[in-house]
Amino acid sequence: MYDVVIIGGGPAGLSAGIYAARGGLKTVIFEGKIFGGQIVTSYEVENYPGFSKGISGMDLIDNFMKQAEKFDVETNYDGVTCINDEIECKSVNLTNGNCVKTKTIIIASGASANKLGCPGEKKFSGKGVSYCATCDGAFFKNKVVAVIGGGDSAIEEALYLSNLAKKVYIIHRRDQLRATKILDKRAKENKSIEFILDTVVKEIQGDKLVNGLLVENVKTKKKDRIDVDGVFIYVGLTPNTEFVKDLIKLDENGCILTNEEMETNIEGVYAAGDVRSKSLKQVVTAASDGAIAANNAQKYIESKF
Amino acid sequence: MAEVQLTEGSWEEEVLNSDIPVLVDFWAPWCGPCRMVAPIVSEIADEYKDRLKVGKLNTDEEPGIAVKYGIMSIPTLMIFKNGEVAEQIIGAVPKEYFIEKLNKVL
Ligand SMILES: Cc1cc2nc3c(=O)[nH]c(=O)nc-3n(C[C@H](O)[C@H](O)[C@H](O)COP(=O)(O)OP(=O)(O)OC[C@H]3O[C@@H](n4cnc5c(N)ncnc54)[C@H](O)[C@@H]3O)c2cc1C
Repeated sequence: MYDVVIIGGGPAGLSAGIYAARGGLKTVIFEGKIFGGQIVTSYEVENYPGFSKGISGMDLIDNFMKQAEKFDVETNYDGVTCINDEIECKSVNLTNGNCVKTKTIIIASGASANKLGCPGEKKFSGKGVSYCATCDGAFFKNKVVAVIGGGDSAIEEALYLSNLAKKVYIIHRRDQLRATKILDKRAKENKSIEFILDTVVKEIQGDKLVNGLLVENVKTKKKDRIDVDGVFIYVGLTPNTEFVKDLIKLDENGCILTNEEMETNIEGVYAAGDVRSKSLKQVVTAASDGAIAANNAQKYIESKF
Repeated sequence: MAEVQLTEGSWEEEVLNSDIPVLVDFWAPWCGPCRMVAPIVSEIADEYKDRLKVGKLNTDEEPGIAVKYGIMSIPTLMIFKNGEVAEQIIGAVPKEYFIEKLNKVL
């Protein structure tokens, strides 16, 4: 039996793993896709303390991973399909059909990028539609692209793309961005970036590859076509909580409710990172949540087993 | 079988004329998800070592091949059988999804 099963290998899960294993607990991280979570798609993380020159999301995660390996955290590429609260212990079911017993569970399953949900999005996925500017930006050198969204991720990635593409449109459905001031300012001062506000995408058009967008102004209802070679979608996130929702209390957005000790409504089950209901969803808070969850898992094990 | 580093020069011999199916991992050094997919690809290379060749194509160094196969998003994994693309996987997906696609071809 494990002391701690951690669900998700992003910053929150890896941090929890480092703390739990360093504390001497038998720890495993189950990652259903790729380790690193959302941040591996980020070109540059400027606000994680300790890296004064900034660091790429990938290099940051490399360090998280190496640190986890150093303390012998077991890692595994099976997703978790459901968690169970049994009388003596807890257990998790895996995508490979196995069931694993554990004394505690830390849910660090993060969030997934939303789809736009308009015609053409699926058809042109990988043919001009992208969800990762760092991955795919280089295929759009000297081309025209659009970034959809107005939050931090959208603006950061638009700034990154402006170094490669000839022109970057930022299309946002409101009349103002949600991004932090410093990013907003940089984008507005950037000559390659043009804002198209109050506007939604109705359709992604193309032949074999994307060649344009059909957009609509939400105030005037005027429709327009914009020629683009690529479209990068950053329209918010949905917490990955489907698989725990029968057992764990969620808020109205589907995020896990915890107290500041990362405790959920079930004793011995903790949540950490973007999956949690909280105000600031960043790497630094994910890492912090993971540490607190692991520390409390350890205390729980000492008192119960 | 160890993973083969593919180039435009070796493409025909290693991929198109291969006796067994070939899984080609299109990647680039600056692509975070590509680097995180790599360990999964290595695991697969080990698990299927007699039945599958696994190749890596760096889209930065070999843009010609990437253009030829219409790669506009990485990671992309393609499974070649008898010189033709039999399956294609775009983006980071769960390991069992790879296995499912592989089992269709093998
Ligand atoms: C483009 C972009 C730029 C960003 N830039 C910054 C920045 O500059 N600074 C900053 O601090 N933050 C930034 N962020 C936010 C940051 O990435 C997140 O806050 C952080 O990754 C949250 O970590 P997490 O571990 O809670 O969740 P995630 O990173 O979402 O990781 C969760 C992991 O759990 C896995 N998982 C989900 N469900 C299951 C399951 N059932 N079984 C097993 N595994 C599962 C997922 O595959 C994933 O790997 C950015 C995000 C994006 C998208």
